[in-house]
Amino acid sequence: MGLFSLFQRHRTFDHGIYPVEHKELTADKPIRRLPFAPELVIPLAQHKGAPAVPLVKVGQEVVRGEPIARAEGFVSVPMHAPATGVIRAIALTPTADGPKTSAIFLKVYEAASQEVLYDLERDLDAMTPEEIVAAVQDAGLVGLGGAAFPSHVKMKPPAGKLIETVVVNGCECEPYLTCDHRIMLEQSDALIRGIKLALKATGAKRAIIGVEDNKLDAVAHLRAVIPKDLPITAEAVETKYPQGAEKMLIKSLLRKEVPVGGLPADIGVAVYNVGTLAQMGDLLPQGRGLIERVVTVSGPAVSNPGNFMVPIGTPLRFLLGQVGLAEDRVGEVILGGPMMGMAVASLDVPVTKAVSGVVALEREDPDLDRRKVYPCIKCAECLKACPVSLNPSMLGELALARQYDRMAEEFNLDQCFECGCCAYVCPSNIPLTQYFRIAKSINRDRNA
Amino acid sequence: MPKPIEIRTSPHLKRALSVDRIMRNVVFALLPICAFAVFQFGLSALLLILTTTGAAIATEWFFARASGRGNTVSDWSVVITGILLALTLPPGFPLWMAAVAAFVGVALGKALFGGLGYNVMNPALVGRAFVQAAFPVAITTWTPAFAPGRFTEVIPSTFTLPFMQPIPVKDWVAALQLDAWTGATPLALQKFQQIEPSVTDVFTGMIAGSAGETSALLILICGLWLAFKRMLDWRIPVAVMAGAALTALPFWLMDSSLYPSPWFVLFSGGLMLGAWFMASDMVASPVTTSGVILYGLFIGIVTVVIRLFGGLVEGVMYAILLANAAGPLISSWTQPRVYGALKKTREAE
Repeated sequence: MGLFSLFQRHRTFDHGIYPVEHKELTADKPIRRLPFAPELVIPLAQHKGAPAVPLVKVGQEVVRGEPIARAEGFVSVPMHAPATGVIRAIALTPTADGPKTSAIFLKVYEAASQEVLYDLERDLDAMTPEEIVAAVQDAGLVGLGGAAFPSHVKMKPPAGKLIETVVVNGCECEPYLTCDHRIMLEQSDALIRGIKLALKATGAKRAIIGVEDNKLDAVAHLRAVIPKDLPITAEAVETKYPQGAEKMLIKSLLRKEVPVGGLPADIGVAVYNVGTLAQMGDLLPQGRGLIERVVTVSGPAVSNPGNFMVPIGTPLRFLLGQVGLAEDRVGEVILGGPMMGMAVASLDVPVTKAVSGVVALEREDPDLDRRKVYPCIKCAECLKACPVSLNPSMLGELALARQYDRMAEEFNLDQCFECGCCAYVCPSNIPLTQYFRIAKSINRDRNA
Repeated sequence: MPKPIEIRTSPHLKRALSVDRIMRNVVFALLPICAFAVFQFGLSALLLILTTTGAAIATEWFFARASGRGNTVSDWSVVITGILLALTLPPGFPLWMAAVAAFVGVALGKALFGGLGYNVMNPALVGRAFVQAAFPVAITTWTPAFAPGRFTEVIPSTFTLPFMQPIPVKDWVAALQLDAWTGATPLALQKFQQIEPSVTDVFTGMIAGSAGETSALLILICGLWLAFKRMLDWRIPVAVMAGAALTALPFWLMDSSLYPSPWFVLFSGGLMLGAWFMASDMVASPVTTSGVILYGLFIGIVTVVIRLFGGLVEGVMYAILLANAAGPLISSWTQPRVYGALKKTREAE
């Protein structure tokens, strides 16, 4: 395969970077279940949009799969009990983002079964697109690739927009993460059911599964199992970060660009992560809610890395305890991948719907000098890395001069989606991505 | 109590290629050129390289301390400036003048702007431009390559006392009793006497000239090595050479007895060293991909125009300094098109 792929150029986007993948740590580890943590912490705001509203009271008993919080409006999703137990409290919990947030604390019964006890069987074929959208919301589904945007919102095309193509994102371009890879190999039936639902709900004519060419086994497997009568294809794209960003994947697969300030729907595209659609295909026929997800737990400070089906709300301390965290060596613990993920300040932070991976890096050698910041030497590496063709060098200088409005008005700061390529390549070790995050947040505050 | 976990912002991974490593590699790439200069011109070339580098380092150290920027010598960039400056000077250039050049280059060309990353022009060339204006005779006094005894004695002008006129080297050269020594570099021979030396000699460096500019072949090899390590943007030297060759070509086709061939233009004088090691200075060149090509072509064209029609024999230095000054403008003209932007937004306005 290695020699073959040398001569085979897969479709791709401009610029980007090639970080070391480290995927071999977990790529061939099948998805395993873990025991329940003694207590699960389910934040009410795990998704973009309005936080969910609790339906349960302290002291109330719930069964695995039962709704425990309802959606607040259209851009919001409900929560379901990930295990059978009793509500201990509704209180604040630390999150990866920083501020504490309201959460339901669920004490799990010791002998609780992994079986889901809360079903509502449905005939998918009889459902109208509107009913599918409503059912997706009821399932509490959000983008499982990390964005956590409520999935049903994307299934309802904006007025006047026609969705022609569903792009299924199986790139998984972040180093270390392999959960989507395993999902494509192990849950392809549910994935195909989910794609069919997405096609029906959006009215799209075809679906393309885009997979980075470091997972050609997944491409081959999907091609073998996709029924011939379905308008679904699986395509390999180049292994390059950030191939899995939706704008980049659209460019690679369709040679089209999402207009500045627009949405994929503007060019007739809707993008879903493979994990989201596999959950959709799994949950909707039985009317279940999203109570667990596949998480890659990996990194050099973990002794038994792997892919696990983790109940939502499992505290990181418990999860990392299961895989053998090397407490003497651990430096950062990152939710998501190391390029865009967030380092947690506390291991009490729970796994939420958005957490695709937990990566435990080793403590950095302080002598390495990797963080010593030099002035920008205009080497232009960042311009060659930026997938949206910004000028990070210039943006960085403007940020230092605090000309945040000029960054937005003249140098397209708002197009930056914080992929981290510029800061990754910068030989002067300038924390460009962080500069841009700060500039954007200051501009938001000013314009508010 | 277990050690606390660390927190940083994303990205949490970093490519291990820092400024000091890039600069160190440029220095490594220059070392073979220095070695050839010493082999060719002997002790004087060695002293010249050591003097400019030492003076450049001392100047950088002093101004960095004076302006509270700490020790910036460790980023190695000033070593490049020192070496490059020596390589562009005549091998017998008086050492005290070389030290002045290094001081001016680093002080006025770099420290004044705020040090590494902020200089508008290449500091080595700023230094050379200064001494070209201040000491026009010394900087055009050439000595023969491969002089016998070059490893045991220095060229008499090397040890000129500060603020004194250098001893003319004519008598010293005459004493060497070399055949066919005219005291002119190939460029001057071509320009004023229409004698075009063998391109092979010019390419391999078997000629008189500045300490480190003689062997086009060696410069090409060292530059390619850096470009291969992705520490030099190959587009710049390629554009410089293309600009120079394409400008020289029509004149040579019109009258090959008067005008030099494109080959000669490429391999003579400071063009190779300038294209590969000075025009490609990251700080002083534009950042955009189309910008560096424009910038390179500009240098190539201006060099040849000066050489063919200017009063000076060599034009690389001024061409690069001019292009350096135009760099920010070129960058702003050639901003990349952002993903998803409609083409030609500016014209629509």
